[in-house]
Amino acid sequence: MNKEIDEIIKNSESLIEMLQKIQKIDGYLYFERLFYLSEKLDMSLEDIYSTATFYNGFSFNMKGKYQINICLGTVCYVKGSKELSEEISKILNIKDGECTKDGKFSLDTTRCLGCCSMAPVMKINDDIYGFVKKEQVKEILAKYN
Amino acid sequence: MERIRITVGLGSCGIASGAKIVYEALKEKTQKLNVQIVKVGCIGICRYEPIVEIYKDGNRITYINVSEKDVEDIIEKTIKNNEIIESLSLKEENNNILNDPFLKRQTRIVLENCGKINPENIDEYGGYKALRKALKMDKDEIIHEVKESKLRGRGGAGFKTGDKWSLVKASAGDKKYVCCNADEGDPGAFMDRAILEGDPHSVIEAMIIAGYAVGASEGFIYVREEYPLAVERLKVAIKQAQSKKYLGKNILNSGFNFNLELRLGAGAFVCGEETALMASIEGKRGEPRLRPPYPAEKGVYNSPTLLNNVETFANIPIIILNGSAWFNSLGTDKSGGTKVFALGGKIKNTGLVEVPIGTELKEIIYDIGGGIANDKKFKAAQTGGPSGGCIPASLINVKMDYDNLKEIGTMMGSGGLIVTDEDTCMVDIAKFFLDFAVSESCGKCTPCRIGTKRVYEILDKITKGKGTIEDLENLDNLSKHIQATSFCGLGQTATNPVLSTMRYFKEEYISHIVEKKCPAKVCKDLLKYKINKELCKACGLCAKNCPVNAIIKTDDKYEIDESKCIKCGACFNNCHFKAIEKE
Repeated sequence: MNKEIDEIIKNSESLIEMLQKIQKIDGYLYFERLFYLSEKLDMSLEDIYSTATFYNGFSFNMKGKYQINICLGTVCYVKGSKELSEEISKILNIKDGECTKDGKFSLDTTRCLGCCSMAPVMKINDDIYGFVKKEQVKEILAKYN
Repeated sequence: MERIRITVGLGSCGIASGAKIVYEALKEKTQKLNVQIVKVGCIGICRYEPIVEIYKDGNRITYINVSEKDVEDIIEKTIKNNEIIESLSLKEENNNILNDPFLKRQTRIVLENCGKINPENIDEYGGYKALRKALKMDKDEIIHEVKESKLRGRGGAGFKTGDKWSLVKASAGDKKYVCCNADEGDPGAFMDRAILEGDPHSVIEAMIIAGYAVGASEGFIYVREEYPLAVERLKVAIKQAQSKKYLGKNILNSGFNFNLELRLGAGAFVCGEETALMASIEGKRGEPRLRPPYPAEKGVYNSPTLLNNVETFANIPIIILNGSAWFNSLGTDKSGGTKVFALGGKIKNTGLVEVPIGTELKEIIYDIGGGIANDKKFKAAQTGGPSGGCIPASLINVKMDYDNLKEIGTMMGSGGLIVTDEDTCMVDIAKFFLDFAVSESCGKCTPCRIGTKRVYEILDKITKGKGTIEDLENLDNLSKHIQATSFCGLGQTATNPVLSTMRYFKEEYISHIVEKKCPAKVCKDLLKYKINKELCKACGLCAKNCPVNAIIKTDDKYEIDESKCIKCGACFNNCHFKAIEKE
């Protein structure tokens, strides 16, 4: 496990880059790995933690196999994306930032995916869905099984 | 016979609409034909995606909303037999997308290449002609041209680009940096994404020119992680520029060295602020620091740093090539060139709009945007994102430039232009932006960290029908205090949406407070659902869908028990006869 981190340290220019790569391994920042990173960099865990928590891009919670991101940028908001997130919460029985018990889906809201002219927009892993209607959510989720 | 060129729009929006499948299918099925399938960026009319364009015998034929099943037809009919497929074609003149009213009225300089060239092929970009020309120019001459062009920063504040360049050039130091702010954090703006995905070389070329002019040998592009495709295309573009010797040592035998690296943001709006962005480039928490010293003196790693935004840079090659006089013939006396707006919200034609600076808002909304969707009434346009404000319908003739917008209480910002209609609640919009400010405040200074939260709480109270008239005064006071005392631009502008909506839509605030009503029928707590007995067919669907059993049958019709109703809107959404009314 630590070998991966050694590689990451060697090939990264900054702490943020390291954290981004570490997050890719587990889908979130696994604390044990940060311990090791802190030792290796001779940097306090507090410093690493305070940097990681500063950015929305880092998570300390487990993510689902399928990560759902609902865009809550201004345009999506005006076009009702909040209803999408509520609908998904209802269907999957999880709140924003949580993951289903079977580890399949996690739900997050994000500030603008830059696809504003297709608002409202949601993203599941790398698939972006535009002009999503509340009634379509169930159908879209069913694709991920 | 000339080779036929077929382009497929493969920006994020195109891919989201299924353009990748169309692209693959076209590639596979045209293998034996004299056809070249090319991926291009986003042309800016996302509702038409996937867009396929055929360049044949000097014509450009545009097909819109193409799906995989259309591919066979396109090949058989259009490519082999010159036949136009009516169902896919734009009904405009010559079936050419450039004749679409949305594009026809635009002046495309920055977006010229987007949707036209393959962003992953440096040969289609055009040989870095501006760089070649610049390397033969005197450094001061380059800066003079940029100054004369009257180009101003397209990222938000509108600082004069030429002045910035000369400040960095004048700064003492062996090591200097050129940085590009590609952390397009303003929700609702996506022109930088379109440029990076569709024409990344224009930004890279500009950065090299800037490096040469100010004496920098290294550059960073700070790009947000949420734009994976832009990151990918930048990586490809940088590699290609290196292999062509536009980057690296002794560029085009000029003796000038310049290297470029990418830095990925990790999702923090405050990193759009220049000093925060620089801290983040160094891998630290993206907290702003006190200015002066300005980045022109002490920026990345304490060295003099030039920082411009993506769209600003994208203007540079054309200024060098065509000259400042050509450039500033567009725009206004004080500000040259064009601005790209991301037109979105409750408007018919959404997408990217590039117009000369000083164009009237009315022209953008009605002539280009086609007016308000669903024939509703135009209420206001929000510009400048979370730092900006709104332009009410009464000011629709405003000429869109930096100074005019500032005067009416908003700002140009990065160019997000979000149109709202009568169904948008302005108090709710202000609350939305404050929620954004609360979660994006970095926490360094008290006015922003705590003040924005307090403002949010007051707004929340108002939207829940618990506001008092004194709250209006408190909002005004507090907002102005936060503006005056916050540490960086984020806090100083965070309450603009409140002040601006209070300035133009005070009566809406008062309705919420005094009458406990939301005129736009958005704020849930102030809504009342009622069944219109004339329209009710007593089917019972509403009662079945009500999660709290608040709908009961009386006589032969249904009624909502207000004491039980939680205002979820389930009945409203499920009624087939529009018999449920919001009040």
